Amino acid sequence: MGQQEQFMPERDDAPVTAAKDLDSDRALLAEAVTINRDPDDVYAFWRDPTNLVQVMENVAAIERIDDRRSRWTVKGPGGKDVCWVSVITHDVPGEELTWQSEEGAQVANSGKVEFRDAGPRGTVVRAVIAYDPPGGAIGQLIAKLFQREPRIQTRRDLHRLKQFLETGELATSARNRRIHEERYGDESQAEKQA
Amino acid sequence: MKAITWHGKHDVRLDSVDDPEILNPRDAIIRVTSTAICGSDLHLYDGYVPTMEKGDVLGHEFMGEVVEIGPKSTLKVGQRVVVPFPIACGSCYHCSKQQYSGCENANPADTQDIGREGMGMPMSGIFGYSHMTGGYSGGQAEYVRVPFSDFGPLVIPDDSIEDDKVLFLSDILPTGWMAAENAEIEPGDTVAVWGCGPVGLFAVQSAFLMGAERVIAIDHFPHRLALAKQFGAEVLNYEQSKIYEALWDMTGGIGPDATIDCVGLESHGAFADNIWDQIKVSTFMATDRPHVIRQAIMATRKGGRVSMPGVYAGFVDKFPLGAFMEKGLTLKTGQTHVHKYLRPLYTAIAEGKIDSTFLISHRMGLDEGPEGYKHFKEEQDTYTKIVLKPGMAATTAA
Ligand SMILES: NC(=O)c1ccc[n+]([C@@H]2O[C@H](COP(=O)([O-])OP(=O)(O)OC[C@H]3O[C@@H](n4cnc5c(N)ncnc54)[C@H](O)[C@@H]3O)[C@@H](O)[C@H]2O)c1
Ligand SMILES: [Zn+2]
Ligand SMILES: [Zn+2]
Repeated sequence: MGQQEQFMPERDDAPVTAAKDLDSDRALLAEAVTINRDPDDVYAFWRDPTNLVQVMENVAAIERIDDRRSRWTVKGPGGKDVCWVSVITHDVPGEELTWQSEEGAQVANSGKVEFRDAGPRGTVVRAVIAYDPPGGAIGQLIAKLFQREPRIQTRRDLHRLKQFLETGELATSARNRRIHEERYGDESQAEKQA
Repeated sequence: MKAITWHGKHDVRLDSVDDPEILNPRDAIIRVTSTAICGSDLHLYDGYVPTMEKGDVLGHEFMGEVVEIGPKSTLKVGQRVVVPFPIACGSCYHCSKQQYSGCENANPADTQDIGREGMGMPMSGIFGYSHMTGGYSGGQAEYVRVPFSDFGPLVIPDDSIEDDKVLFLSDILPTGWMAAENAEIEPGDTVAVWGCGPVGLFAVQSAFLMGAERVIAIDHFPHRLALAKQFGAEVLNYEQSKIYEALWDMTGGIGPDATIDCVGLESHGAFADNIWDQIKVSTFMATDRPHVIRQAIMATRKGGRVSMPGVYAGFVDKFPLGAFMEKGLTLKTGQTHVHKYLRPLYTAIAEGKIDSTFLISHRMGLDEGPEGYKHFKEEQDTYTKIVLKPGMAATTAA
């Protein structure tokens, strides 16, 4: 019995998102999506952060500062914009990107996105995001910034990335522009695209 | 434009709504020339499908003329097209496997969570079929916006083939065909088909074309049964005969090799289990009435196949899982991968190998749509299939 235990590490192989012993408003989230494109293509799209504004719903603008740094503007509560500078801290082309917000950011956050070759299925994109824990003033701000549960927001953003890279557009079920704005808000993706 | 809209259980109206517009590069706008009411629309009409909203434009079986195209559409203005009811992008993994009704990109990201919660995975996009499947406006209207128009619609090259012949390529013909395909029919097989609505009738025809020796069709409407008989099916009326007993005897105590449930979640009839299901559904203890699929599983021969094109939406009770396991059955089901069958079935129609119009009982103007729903629901024996023609003046008004 004692010997068998040696083979079983303390934790199983499940991703952290499936852990039963983390509380639901943890400050760490992970989501994955499979995109029918080569890892290099998906990496290249993500590597230029100005592309991401098209698929990230709550992000109003992303400005390139230099090759590693970009300024992110997110629509904050009460119409006030929240900004921070994001720095790429680790870069493995075609495989992985790690970023961190610069010192003094209103909303400190960091994360990693992996691009894993999935053969005929394309690329598994897995994002892990860490941010200041909720509960405090910053946490509440984060919740508002994400507009909904951060994990759901992330899942939707990754799905929009998939739609955009696989079909060249973001699906809308609206019949016309008026309904589109009603359904997806006036900061609609279509307008950001334009 | 005019459109048939949903306002609640048994409340379907003709409304004036604003026209569709091109929103995405691959879109096209179609002027609808023919559109049909489907058995699946009855599930919406009867309030069985969640996430419908007041004012939703109905209809997923339609065809028409291209009137406007986005910069990335490959269609041409003026072309006649039939549009598949599932919306598919043509470039995701599921589309590459020809599992088009599992397309991952047609349902907008914002409406995917409901399906993920309720079914474990988001559902794909479907025209006019609730917000779980995107909330797309349907084709029971004068005009409709068609996404991914470079991939989905089938251009009808031959103007001499009238609408009625090709309209059902949008859904029920491929659905009946895929139902028979899922039954994995071998030459000499006996196939039992529950439900002689449009889907069942096309399944009967398809089963024979795939080599079934005998097809036994089950319903309670004499006229619908007569249509099945016309294709050579033996028929069973469940108001006259006990279905399980009849199938047992007719197959020499073996059971049908394959069974097809073309009824779905609104099974009719005063069967003991069905009455109990109706009480449960009306008291919200269950969502579906699965009498037919239970009966099919009990009747199928050991090692046989069960095909289930009939739509179920939620949870069922007393599913004979033991019989299913002990008899070693296989069950195949799903929303139809329409895109996969468009071309071969179009050819079969053009060559006269498939009769695609025999089931049409009524043609009406779009204005008569709400009446059409009522008739299709309440007089199923005579109203086998209704085709609405937006260009046709209302006859009731005259
Ligand atoms: N899988 C798909 O992609 C797909 C596509 C279209 C339709 N459908 C589904 O297929 C089913 C049939 O569609 P339809 O247009 O033919 O509908 P329909 O309502 O016209 O026909 C259903 C028939 O089943 C019969 N029936 C009811 N209870 C029965 C019972 N206990 N035993 C035998 N027959 C019984 C009815 O009398 C009726 O004739 C519906 O559930 C519909 O939603 C599925
Ligand atoms: Zn249909
Ligand atoms: Zn697809």
